[in-house]
Amino acid sequence: MSVSLDSSQKSPLLAVENLVVEYPSKRFRAKPFRALTDINITIGQGETLGLVGESGSGKTTLGRAVLGLAPVTAGKVIFEGNDISNASRKERRTLSRDLQVVFQDPYTSLNPALEIGDILAEPLGVQGMEPTAAKKRVQELLDQVGLPSDAIHRLPREFSGGQRQRVAIARALALSPKLIVCDEPVSALDLSTQARVLDLFLQIQKDTGVSYLFVSHDLDVVRHISHRVAVMYHGEIVEQGPAEIVTRDPEHPYTQRLLLASPVPDPDRQEQRRADRHRLLANQRNQIEQAGAVA
Amino acid sequence: MIKFIAKRLGSGLVVLFVVSALTFTLLYTSSGSIARNILGDQATPEQVALKEQELGLDQPLVTRYFAWLGDAVSGNLGASWFTSEPVANSLATRIPVTMTMVFTAMILIAICAALIGVAAAVKRGWVDRVVQIGAIVGDSIPGYVIGVFLVTILAIQLGLFPATSTISPEVGPEAWVYSMTLPVIALLINGVTGGAQQIRSAVIKQLERDYVRTLRSRGIGEREILFKHVLRSAAPAGLTVLSLQLIGMLGGVVIIEQIFALPGMGPLAVTATGQSDLPVVMGVVMYTVVVVIVVNLLVDILNGWLNPKVRVS
Amino acid sequence: MSDSIDTAAVAAPVPTGQSGTVVRSTVMRRLLRNPLGIASLVILGSIALLAIFAPVLAPFEENFANITKTLAPADSVNILGTDSAGRDTWSRLLFGAQLTLLSALLCAGVAIAIGLPAGLIAGYYAGKFEAVSNWVVSILMSLPGLIVLLTIRAAFGPSVWISMIAFGVLISPSYFRLTRTAVQSVRNELYVDAARVSGLSDLSIIARHIFSVVRAPIIIQTAAIAGVAIAIQSGLEFLGLGDPTKATWGVMLSEGFKNVYMTPTLLLWPALAMALTIGGLVLLGNAIRDALEDGEKIKHRKKKTVPAESTTADPAKAGQSRKSVAAVEVGTEHHLIKVTNLGVGYPQADGSVKKVVDDVSFHVDRGEILGIVGESGSGKSQTAFSILGLLPDNARIVGGSIQFDGNYTVAPGDDRVSQERLSKLRGKRISYIPQEPMSNLDPAFTIGYQLVTPMVRVLGISKAEARKRALKLLTDVGIVNPERTFEAYPHEVSGGMAQRVLIAGAISCEPDLVIADEPTTALDVTVQADVLDLLRELQQRLNIGVILVTHNFGVVADLCDRVAVMQNGRLVEEGTVRDILRNPKEQYTQTLLGSMLEGKTPMTMLVSRPGSAAQKEPVA
Repeated sequence: MSVSLDSSQKSPLLAVENLVVEYPSKRFRAKPFRALTDINITIGQGETLGLVGESGSGKTTLGRAVLGLAPVTAGKVIFEGNDISNASRKERRTLSRDLQVVFQDPYTSLNPALEIGDILAEPLGVQGMEPTAAKKRVQELLDQVGLPSDAIHRLPREFSGGQRQRVAIARALALSPKLIVCDEPVSALDLSTQARVLDLFLQIQKDTGVSYLFVSHDLDVVRHISHRVAVMYHGEIVEQGPAEIVTRDPEHPYTQRLLLASPVPDPDRQEQRRADRHRLLANQRNQIEQAGAVA
Repeated sequence: MIKFIAKRLGSGLVVLFVVSALTFTLLYTSSGSIARNILGDQATPEQVALKEQELGLDQPLVTRYFAWLGDAVSGNLGASWFTSEPVANSLATRIPVTMTMVFTAMILIAICAALIGVAAAVKRGWVDRVVQIGAIVGDSIPGYVIGVFLVTILAIQLGLFPATSTISPEVGPEAWVYSMTLPVIALLINGVTGGAQQIRSAVIKQLERDYVRTLRSRGIGEREILFKHVLRSAAPAGLTVLSLQLIGMLGGVVIIEQIFALPGMGPLAVTATGQSDLPVVMGVVMYTVVVVIVVNLLVDILNGWLNPKVRVS
Repeated sequence: MSDSIDTAAVAAPVPTGQSGTVVRSTVMRRLLRNPLGIASLVILGSIALLAIFAPVLAPFEENFANITKTLAPADSVNILGTDSAGRDTWSRLLFGAQLTLLSALLCAGVAIAIGLPAGLIAGYYAGKFEAVSNWVVSILMSLPGLIVLLTIRAAFGPSVWISMIAFGVLISPSYFRLTRTAVQSVRNELYVDAARVSGLSDLSIIARHIFSVVRAPIIIQTAAIAGVAIAIQSGLEFLGLGDPTKATWGVMLSEGFKNVYMTPTLLLWPALAMALTIGGLVLLGNAIRDALEDGEKIKHRKKKTVPAESTTADPAKAGQSRKSVAAVEVGTEHHLIKVTNLGVGYPQADGSVKKVVDDVSFHVDRGEILGIVGESGSGKSQTAFSILGLLPDNARIVGGSIQFDGNYTVAPGDDRVSQERLSKLRGKRISYIPQEPMSNLDPAFTIGYQLVTPMVRVLGISKAEARKRALKLLTDVGIVNPERTFEAYPHEVSGGMAQRVLIAGAISCEPDLVIADEPTTALDVTVQADVLDLLRELQQRLNIGVILVTHNFGVVADLCDRVAVMQNGRLVEEGTVRDILRNPKEQYTQTLLGSMLEGKTPMTMLVSRPGSAAQKEPVA
């Protein structure tokens, strides 16, 4: 968690400072719903920050706030030294060259009515690229994510979930961004497909030096792909640090529970883990009771 | 629940106010010289001016509207410019005729459409196909065309029913029912075909829900699943369909009454429209809006009772 | 959520990586392949042509009256006869078509011009504009069209155009609501978010991603509304409130009705013209809707035509078929459930059968937990539903048998699960835990009611007794305040609690076999661990057999005694949990286990060779 001094000489690619996100309540004059409280994260060049938490913990909202898809109530989102928390659509257009996204559901993140080629050319066209140059770039992208070049003229529904997620990754890569926000990009995929897509993410990072903000509910996935990990719980970050430490020897009680709740694929080791978990839960309960007794 | 009803009632009154103001403005600003219209082309300008004064047309529009509103609240809707009969009286004698027909037709539609629609959804097969074809045929032929042909074939050619009916309820229930049969049939055919089709879709949608499978897995019988769970969930959609049909029918019945020469709201509305007899037109519009508001309120209450989520919030 | 229990998706799977190019304008082509679509286009096209060329085709002016020849029957001059003023029926019909079609177009045009932009704005931006428009819409929709048109007529006098503009305004809510709903459904789609991230302007997003969604429904709606406009405009004219100088179908109908005693045929022609035009529009709308809904949907088969080709079933066993309920094979009676060479398929429109489960055999004994593992589309859920007898109506058993406690529920040769036999078992001896906790409870009934009713029906106990047991069950599944949960509606509890309620329901009638279909997939990991604990504890205490369908090897390791691995409808490998997880023999199982992240070195390739992660995704 401690920021070493030498890293301060180079400012991080992305810094989120004291971020608060609130959604206005649907009901008249009711209190707004607070989705995120006092979030602080940084991501360096070529680094992956894994963001893990349960549903409703605010991890997706944080990704969306960075992308300008969630309202920033307070705090700052700083990208390459500029505060982008309230960037206009025009500024977003410039920003989209460097900041991109891959969403969770490969079935709804591609417009079913558009051909793959048109989907991939969309971000290029926004930046004013010539159609012929765009077409060439699309071919390169398809190659980069391992899709056949005849995919250009096909519709999303002709592809499986894993292939669609490759299209979504290609779209994110189109403008050679510096940071990609990945919102649960593998959680809708089958196990073997998930492994191949994770491999692709790692390969792309190795080749292009892109940074990831990698959102997932799965501690195993986050451990595998991240340099550092932040754990979210009820709209706050309860713990962050190097992936190896946070995902193997966590400090915060919630992360400890999360770690031991995830079952391992071996009956005997799982029995052990189950026992560890029960012991942990009992300890935490005792601590709370004692704290209550003291208070 | 009481708060819920009060809120709905309040919004209904607002709608009533808005619609009456809009209609009043529309009618009294667009009809050209009303007095000349009534007196005919031979009238002198003096006579016209006198008539305008008599009708209060020299007052500003807002003043006239609130005068009308004040009277309307106390039950006085003014008098016809041509017959001088108070509008409220005309409505009072005619509303029962129209409402009897409309509600008889609505009840029959609700029963038939529900039975046929549910049967089509559950049994599929030929029942389903008949419902689909029926819906297309029903949508293709307007109710008044059906009415015209019912009269032509069943009444005029075959003489099974009276072609026209000026019979009032006093002549005895049998003759009354006899003369009402054809108009009600003409009114309900489109409703049944359309309603059955929509209820069918609503029921199928519910039958495909996950919880239905889980209920089956718990050993609950098909009949109980259908009548207790599926129909209850499909009912709000069905109620909406029926309420929209009722609104449409309030218009359709005007033509049907004209065809069968029934002494309901239809002839009154048509005559008043042709003559630009504005107080009567206002009265007809107000009656319609009140009926619609009451029906919508009933639908809302029923829906609230059927759906616990609405009830809670 | 790798395996959704959405059976429709299994029945009609997404075509993967087919060759060939995208067929553009598929909708138009399907429309032309549909006889009703062609018929409607021909009818409407002919009427439109007749209307356009009316001045050329009509032998007489619309109001030309030959007073010496009134109510004449058809002859060579007046091919459809004349009316009471001696006007030519055929000519008036043609001019009437012109006016009718134009007024319908005007009405639809006005309605679209108002409803579409308003719907787009309200749907996309929501907020105040939506609130105000919703209010206006609710008022417009509560006004009967004809009454409004009467009012307009009283105010403005007889004019087809004014009344159609007014009706267009009045009916614009139908476009508004259609557009708003469609826009709302895509506004939050991820591909719209992706476009926003790319910096597309709102206008481009609406034009590119949103307008394409509403285009087709708008066309369908227009067909319907044009029909309604024709009906109501003609109705107004029928009442004698139209423009008396114009020949229209409504006026002609009224003319015919006045002379119904003398020449009833005068009625027939305008009525036929109206029915044909409106009917053509209705058919066109239906045909377009059918063309849009995927043409590859499986047709509903009638009960009698069951072609289910006998497939992999052992011929010896197939021989025993048809004998109502055959006895099970000797020596297998003791198995709680035994599935033998099971095949499940869906008949396709072209007569073939698409198999989703093929030659699957396994058994489960009392007190034993069998895990069925596989990826989406492996047929694991379909296998589970065939045991429960809860397959979709169009599914067929295409081979094999299922026996429960020594009796067939699917005898060899049966092509459907016997509901008669299973309805005695379901809920009582075999029960089910679904995947999605929320959608599997009826939102209209309290949780208590949904627990009590099955016990009353299945066990025949009193309501009070069932209530007592339900409260006990809720305590058993770890719910702290059972009374409150008992009284609650499903939307008032959390997903984890709802899943506990469903588990309580599954064990309420003390079943022998529980089939759990991905029971923890929809839950958070910490909740999943609690629910797994609960399942294990209940299973041991009640000594029941469990079939656990899952895609998660961790869950398998946690609960199961034995495992069956499925792929593409076939059973790949079966064995004890330790054998399969530690020494998988089949390559598929090895690949699956190799894809697990647990124990792998972070930041290394899982299945690809370094530098080749961009290898082609194999076609599933």
